[in-house]
Amino acid sequence: MNTGLCIEDVTVSYHRVPAIHHLTLSVPAGRCVAVMGPNGAGKTTLLKAIAGLLPLETGRIAYNGRSLGSGRERGTIAYVPQREAIDWDFPITVRGLVEMGRFPALGMWKAFGSSDGAAVDGALDAMDLGAFADRQISKLSGGQQQRAFLARAWAQQSDIYLLDEPFTGLDRNARLAFAECLHRLRADGKLVLASHHDHSDVAEVFDEVVLLNGELVAAGSTADTFVADNIERAFGTRIFTGEGA
Amino acid sequence: MNLLLDPFHYEFMQRALVVCVLLGFTNGFLGSFVVLRRLALLADALSHSLLPGIATAAIFLGLSTPAMLVGGLLAALIVAVGGQLISRSSRLKDETAIASLYIVAFALGIILIKYARVKVDLSHFLFGNILAVGDVDLWLAYGVSAVTLLSLLALQRPLLISLFEPSVAKTLGIRVEALLLWLTVLIVLVMVASLQTVGVLLSLGMLILPAATIYLLTDSYQFMLWASGALGAVGALVGLWLSFCLNIPSGPTIVLVLGLAFVLAYLFGPKYGIVSRARRTRHLHQESLARWSEH
Repeated sequence: MNTGLCIEDVTVSYHRVPAIHHLTLSVPAGRCVAVMGPNGAGKTTLLKAIAGLLPLETGRIAYNGRSLGSGRERGTIAYVPQREAIDWDFPITVRGLVEMGRFPALGMWKAFGSSDGAAVDGALDAMDLGAFADRQISKLSGGQQQRAFLARAWAQQSDIYLLDEPFTGLDRNARLAFAECLHRLRADGKLVLASHHDHSDVAEVFDEVVLLNGELVAAGSTADTFVADNIERAFGTRIFTGEGA
Repeated sequence: MNLLLDPFHYEFMQRALVVCVLLGFTNGFLGSFVVLRRLALLADALSHSLLPGIATAAIFLGLSTPAMLVGGLLAALIVAVGGQLISRSSRLKDETAIASLYIVAFALGIILIKYARVKVDLSHFLFGNILAVGDVDLWLAYGVSAVTLLSLLALQRPLLISLFEPSVAKTLGIRVEALLLWLTVLIVLVMVASLQTVGVLLSLGMLILPAATIYLLTDSYQFMLWASGALGAVGALVGLWLSFCLNIPSGPTIVLVLGLAFVLAYLFGPKYGIVSRARRTRHLHQESLARWSEH
């Protein structure tokens, strides 16, 4: 299989202790995928490995047949770090943040042109941020902040969106608005991978689920994969589903 | 009008003016990156660690500007890189490791100065003497400013991404560590170039104060770069002029002028000044009270 994201036999270790073991997985483009598992299951590790932030001990990762191991295509991957990793006091507005998404395409010297401006406006509109474009990033709600980072990735014209616990701290309305933005990315043929820990909304947000526990437990469409048996194998606890009670 | 221009009829004042404005701008521009990356304390450590390098250069090569440049650069890099190595190979955090190294280096420097063939005046090192700017100092200021400003302009996009979010920068193939090392090299170069003008301790003021001031005033990193440079240049100019008129030392005067701008921004900055914020809060409070009383 050549299209989409292919992960083959990937092992990643911290100080020689493997966090994910020989993981093989493939996901087509145009999907929203939840990466789930208990704490320490390797969710963040998997996202960082795809982003190229951690060296692979074994295996390879490819997108549309092209290896992401070395010479990573500039801007193919948009990594959205956890909220705590971001300096919210940075003197930057939402528009300034989204403009940063054009930097890889502009290189060092190319001036910011009208097509770049259009890309930025398009990204702001797609993420419903037009009204907040001139706000400093700390003066947004949590959901708006997450969307601002998605807008930056959109302006970068990335194909793969890697999000680390994007739904943390969002209330129900913000979750719905954010999920809608993720679905817009999906409709545009992008691949969204998000680590996630809330079981209640998996079915409405994500098409596919990857269940991890140091190794792959199960992966596939949400309906087939996110079932009691697999969840029990990943989390090591029996959950009450109401069936056979 | 004459009061404004009179001081600059003297050639030494013209030289001082050129060097001051140029280094004021360069320090301010570079300072934005330092403040955005929260490297002010590293810059402080580097300024102290220049001393043993300069003393060693004076012992072996005499007291020439190029020797000081090389000696200072080497000593500061040993402290900066050494601090990183210690923090990575032990449980110490890097600010502790660098602080330990630089204070040892400073102590070593004070002892080494005794053995320099030429007498190194410690107060000159610390506070500079702008009215004795020589040709070499002038060329050093030109060269260092050109290298600093051109490379910062060329690297500003990758640098800003790296300063804001190092992990995202890495996913874009940006070599974050190399960029930060280059930033450290630039800090040291600009410090050595500022040695003659304001001295090593006060050069920290020219580096940090304009950027800290503008940081309190703007939400645009682009504006911050240029405005900090401009404020550094204007502050240096005003400080130099005041020091001549009042017959007080120039380095401290420049830093005091920049310090005054900082305090004003801290108090009265329209968005983030504490006075402006306090007045705005009261206003909102009254507004909501008024809204309640309507019910």
